[in-house]
Amino acid sequence: MKRLAKTVALTLLKIVVVFYTIFPFYWAIVSSFKSGAALFSVDFFPAIDLTNYRDLLTNGNFLRNILNSAIVAVSVVTLSLIFAITSAYALGKMKFRGRGIVLAGILGASMFPQIVVLSGLFGTIRWLGLYNSLGSLVLSYMIFSLPFTVWVMTSFIRQIPAELEDAARMDGCSTWAMIWQIYFPLLAPALASTGLLAFIASWNEFLFALTFTLSDTVRTVPVGLALISGSSRFELPFGTIMAASVIVTVPLILLVLIFQRRIVSGLTAGAVK
Amino acid sequence: MMAETAPQSSWVKRIEPWLLLAPMLIVLATVTAWPLARTAYLSFMHASLDDGDLPRFIGFGNYLALMKDGDWWHAVRNTAFFAVISVTLETLAGVAIALLIDSQIKGRGALRAVMLIPWAIPTVVSAQMWQWMLHDQYGVVNALLIKLGFISHGIAWTAGAGTAMAAIIAVDVWQTTPFMVLLILAGLQIIPRDLYEAAKVDGAPGWAQFFYITLPLLWPTLAVAILFRLLDAVRMFDLAYVLSSKSRETATISIYARQQLVDFQDVGYGSAVAMLVFLMISLVAAVYIQVTKIRLISE
Amino acid sequence: MADLSLSNVRKAFGAFNVLHGIDLKIEDGEFVVFVGPSGCGKSTLLRAIAGLEDISGGDIRIGGEIVNHVPPAERQIAMVFQSYALYPHMDVYTNMAFGLKFAKIPKDEIDRRVRKAASILKLDAVLDRKPGALSGGQRQRVAIGRAIVRQPKVFLFDEPLSNLDAALRVNTRIEIAKLHRELGATMIYVTHDQVEAMTLADKIVVLNAGRIEQVGTPLDLYHAPANLFVAGFIGSPAMNLMEARVIALENGHLKLSVGEQHISLPYSGAPVAPGATVTVGIRPEHWIPGDGPSVKIEGTVDLVEHLGETSIVYLRLADGQMITVRYPGDIFCTAGDRFVADAPAAAVHLFDAAGQAMLGRRSGPAYGILGQEFRAR
Ligand SMILES: Nc1ncnc2c1ncn2[C@@H]1O[C@H](COP(=O)(O)OP(=O)(O)O)[C@@H](O)[C@H]1O
Ligand SMILES: [Mg+2]
Repeated sequence: MKRLAKTVALTLLKIVVVFYTIFPFYWAIVSSFKSGAALFSVDFFPAIDLTNYRDLLTNGNFLRNILNSAIVAVSVVTLSLIFAITSAYALGKMKFRGRGIVLAGILGASMFPQIVVLSGLFGTIRWLGLYNSLGSLVLSYMIFSLPFTVWVMTSFIRQIPAELEDAARMDGCSTWAMIWQIYFPLLAPALASTGLLAFIASWNEFLFALTFTLSDTVRTVPVGLALISGSSRFELPFGTIMAASVIVTVPLILLVLIFQRRIVSGLTAGAVK
Repeated sequence: MMAETAPQSSWVKRIEPWLLLAPMLIVLATVTAWPLARTAYLSFMHASLDDGDLPRFIGFGNYLALMKDGDWWHAVRNTAFFAVISVTLETLAGVAIALLIDSQIKGRGALRAVMLIPWAIPTVVSAQMWQWMLHDQYGVVNALLIKLGFISHGIAWTAGAGTAMAAIIAVDVWQTTPFMVLLILAGLQIIPRDLYEAAKVDGAPGWAQFFYITLPLLWPTLAVAILFRLLDAVRMFDLAYVLSSKSRETATISIYARQQLVDFQDVGYGSAVAMLVFLMISLVAAVYIQVTKIRLISE
Repeated sequence: MADLSLSNVRKAFGAFNVLHGIDLKIEDGEFVVFVGPSGCGKSTLLRAIAGLEDISGGDIRIGGEIVNHVPPAERQIAMVFQSYALYPHMDVYTNMAFGLKFAKIPKDEIDRRVRKAASILKLDAVLDRKPGALSGGQRQRVAIGRAIVRQPKVFLFDEPLSNLDAALRVNTRIEIAKLHRELGATMIYVTHDQVEAMTLADKIVVLNAGRIEQVGTPLDLYHAPANLFVAGFIGSPAMNLMEARVIALENGHLKLSVGEQHISLPYSGAPVAPGATVTVGIRPEHWIPGDGPSVKIEGTVDLVEHLGETSIVYLRLADGQMITVRYPGDIFCTAGDRFVADAPAAAVHLFDAAGQAMLGRRSGPAYGILGQEFRAR
């Protein structure tokens, strides 16, 4: 009896947790299929109306925003991973003076509040001629993506047994060959999970994107989404916003679900020892 | 013939790690150390793009003005309130949900997958989703509450004086509790199961197992997760920016700083704000690491 | 020529000295085993020879040439690691060929060498598999194959069998011995397993705390341990080492008091003063009644273990010291019984207060005689 009550209570609890977790996204999907007056009625299973999606996809800006986000995120991930793997090799496999300081610096940088560098970075970006271009975002996103990828890759590379490196040295591997012929293939899964996390972080970034870009053609998705407004002050553009939200989020969710295990190992490599 | 390469090899060995680190260090310095130094420098200047004056050195002028700036202190209070409440709620909910998932054999993977969904959604998107759900006239939350008879007419959640902050906290808890759950789950997984069996043999009831086994062994993981969340919460920007615009009631220190820098074009004053944000966050991190004695760098 | 010599080799990690001046000569084609307790510096010494650790002092010569600063790949040595250290992302063929590629050896020559090694090691069928798809024994053989194809002057093995199960370990041990005979190469082998050391070695080097305690053939170490450390380390169960006091040295006999009993030994070494403390050593398996002069020690049985082929009796002497006695076959006694253990005087070792051996080579009891009788017939 008591056991049954406990099972029922736990099941109920699970249902509540799942409902609370999923409902907002479900509601976004539902709303994205409503247009006109239907949007304002609380209807949990509406007929599917693709007006919002058609509006969005015929609006060049939105597609441009997605492309921009993708270009920025892919560049950030590629550059970070290349820098991270050489750095992680130095920090995880070599002994040298100053290693502890570099690690502490990277840890410090990973806690860095972005707002702090806004005014300083603005000057640098101007000076480099990157203002209002995607380059400004690629550069500024290094602030969170580099410390994170270096940190996580360092903890992954450390898990590779030292004897493997000894064997490669006996085989005549130079440091460069060691990194790219031994560690790079071995770290491929770790690179995938770290890269995915860095991709998501870049895809979602808002503050720098809002500050360093001006024109519609260089905006990324989050800024575009935050600034969508109706044609008049009284028109509520939520149908379109929800459709955009769904388009932006579904690929991410699919990616995350497919690479579930990788993501969790990437998240925890930095945090759990 | 075997070559004698002593002097060269030791020299190369010494600089090799630095060569490998150089690209990363240069980029990182370009986006952190250098801008930080520039922000620090600007914070001692009167530098406003508005009045067209040339920048001039005014010592601690900006900082002194800040001390008397009511809006700034309001933003500090908002940020502290947001950070403490949201991180506390996320930690409690995170531990509870993680234990719930961990105790299940059936559906564990599915539950974990579900947890990943809010985490993967961009903050701006979740802000917009909740904005819509919490809409005063057409929001589904108000509609449900009216139907259930809790309220008689819609509440403007994200605009109201008392409710805007609550709404922001609610959205943050929704979005980041899953992160906590995932980390805590990983932490629970490294606790050896036979400890619980030993405890059962010793006759320890469930609550004692939690307080004497789970919590102490989970603590290193939990402490790091809380630190990450805390730092994230203290620098929160996008959620409040989108959800309740730049309302004074919910402005965080990051929003306030950006307002000074970008909207009012007061670079000197804004930089001073940014420096104070930096000092406060460093202080929070330093105190936290001191108090919890977590070791982030293992040798 | 692939002889190898170490002179005054030192190694420190920071302020921590691991090797304190190692002097050693290894002849061409010799099979040398380093043994010693865990942490004594065996691996460090091997890695120093390989060039994986820089040494802090001294010289390492291979074939007469100083190689202190020669990179590992150019020392013409090969190493087999404890964990095998196979590249998980390469198949067996590539694992073996990897080092040869860096050595700029032509492709067809690489192919010839890899296939030959594979056939010696019975790996032909698995050349295109990744290490993850191999059994423990196969991985071990790939690791050996990777060493063979380099045709090194010296093979280094660091506890190569410790990850194999017992049966496979015996087989592989025999394979390695055979390989040594066939290739005739110099081999240095690190282990903490005495059986491996005794069975494989031409020469054993006993290391302790970064110093060489003794170098010798397996039987040298067994019958003539130079000091207490080697006496206690070689042999299993370990030699009984009993504290004793010198009572008198008269007409070629040393009278000692052990566990409140008196024993007497023929002695012709340097004079010792009455009252000096010495250590008497007798191997558990040497407590066999002989027909010559013998040493008798009496005690109370603490515990008896029956292993089938042998029985082990743990005896407590009057002063509390414990000794171990091993008899072939069964022995019937129970805890509390009084027991007299009897060993031929020729099997007794003696060490002075500094732990150095005082007697020359000792010989075990009855079996030697038995052996002679067999030969005589
Ligand atoms: N890279 C290193 N840094 C510091 N100390 C080391 C290092 N490698 C080995 N040691 C120390 O040197 C001693 C000898 O180690 P090792 O040669 O591995 O012993 P073993 O005889 O068990 O193979 C040990 O005390 C070990 O802790
Ligand atoms: Mg070792």
